[in-house]
Amino acid sequence: MKDREQWGTRAGFILAAVGSAVGLGNIWRFPYVAYENGGGAFFVPYLFALLTAGIPLLIMEFTMGHKYRGSAPLSYARLNKKAEWIGWWQVAIAFVISTYYSVIIAWAMAYTYFSISLQWGQDTGGFLMEHFLKRVDIVNGAAIGSAGSIVPGVVIPLILVWIITLGILFKGVKKGIEKANRIFIPTLLVMFIIIVIRSLTLEGAALGLETLFKPDWSKIASPGVWVAAYGQIFFSLSIAFAIMITFSSYLPKKSDINNNAFIAAFANSSVELLAGIGVFAALGFMATQSNVPIEEVATAGIGLAFVVFPEIINSFPGFNELFGVLFFGSLVFAGLSSLISIVETFIAAIQDKFKVSRTKSVIIGGGLSALVSILYATQGGLFFLDAVDYFINTFGVALSGLVSVITISWFLKRLKPLQDHANKTSDLRTGLWWRICLGILTPAVLGYMFVLNLINNLKDNYEGYPTSFLIYAGWGVVLATIVVGFILASLKWGAKDLEVPAHSEDLGDDE
Amino acid sequence: MSSSAIVMMFVGIIVIWGGLAASIWNAVKVSKQK
Repeated sequence: MKDREQWGTRAGFILAAVGSAVGLGNIWRFPYVAYENGGGAFFVPYLFALLTAGIPLLIMEFTMGHKYRGSAPLSYARLNKKAEWIGWWQVAIAFVISTYYSVIIAWAMAYTYFSISLQWGQDTGGFLMEHFLKRVDIVNGAAIGSAGSIVPGVVIPLILVWIITLGILFKGVKKGIEKANRIFIPTLLVMFIIIVIRSLTLEGAALGLETLFKPDWSKIASPGVWVAAYGQIFFSLSIAFAIMITFSSYLPKKSDINNNAFIAAFANSSVELLAGIGVFAALGFMATQSNVPIEEVATAGIGLAFVVFPEIINSFPGFNELFGVLFFGSLVFAGLSSLISIVETFIAAIQDKFKVSRTKSVIIGGGLSALVSILYATQGGLFFLDAVDYFINTFGVALSGLVSVITISWFLKRLKPLQDHANKTSDLRTGLWWRICLGILTPAVLGYMFVLNLINNLKDNYEGYPTSFLIYAGWGVVLATIVVGFILASLKWGAKDLEVPAHSEDLGDDE
Repeated sequence: MSSSAIVMMFVGIIVIWGGLAASIWNAVKVSKQK
């Protein structure tokens, strides 16, 4: 068996895992979710979800990658051949996410450039939709679902995003991914800390922090708040779409899996908290300047980053351009480190299954994803992006997480062997709580979340989009990832490919 | 800022950033022992 690539250092692996987990969602999703779900009181369900689902799931995925030393499909196949399709399903989900995630980074890159002259002007919403994205329904009067033509302002930075991402991936694990994260993560942190410190010194920052942290204890009793907390932890940690399994497959034999999971999870939450403080301090400033209640300016996602933040930057008392570059630059760094990890999942999977070199795998996998991403760089791309993003997260990532945890714990009954493996390599040992969290609590919460989302989406169309559009851009994409999973899992492996690596057998727990 | 908001902000900071510091400290401690 050919030696698998390895991380150069433990810190390199942790930085890469943190770089993957810390993405756009930390900056634009967490602050609003916390504010909407009880403010300071949200910490209770959030921390509970972190300890009962986030960290246990991270440990499970780290252990699978380390024990079976393969990409997600190979690791699942070595666990049990019948489970291989779950690995391919997760890889297919990662592929879909990479196609639109790259486009959002391209927007952030373009906005970093626009910041130099505050090109968005005073009507930031109009600038985004009409001038930058040239939205097909506004500019051409076309219906949702039509692509329109390619938008050069999006495609040019998109090409740059792919050149950087694939360039890093060509270099491999140690010289590419590890080295890039050693630059990206500290740079991102420094940029973000500067923004947070400046935001905290603005007039109205205290109002923003009051809005974010004031606890509304009455909300704690609502199941919706707990689901939101589990959802935030689940979507934020890059779990259930093959990344952490792939990354941990490059760990050396002696690795403290459990402690690594704690560091990665707490580092991710630390950045989320920092982002919450920065974002709400800035929103408090904006509300004070515009003399409106903060509830009117508080938002999340694309609206927060590309409409509200340009407005905030416009009203900054000084160095507006610099803070624009810092904010959008930090989005670029956060996004790139995550995109690299997402693309690595299918590059590693192609390498493992089809026995091709890393270079060929990057060209095939990365090239195909880059090609598909052009769809989102069209005038109608925003609608496709919105629908695909919502459906692949709600019914792809969440469902694959549910299926994987049920398969491993209930059907294959492999939680104990995995736990033994992790405990034998780790200083910090997990006990019965780990198996209860993964065997009972996590499936129950993910199952409840899934049923709730399914009912809501069957009752009402997401964002009121036409049913025909949602069938192919939403439900169809989710179904396609499952079908791709089964098709690729039906292809045969080489004679010795599914043998469990020697070092895992040394640990003597594979039944 | 109200006192309840200040308390919750510090609780969040201490638990989350403290959790990170503790897990890094544990990793350093273990690696030094080996």
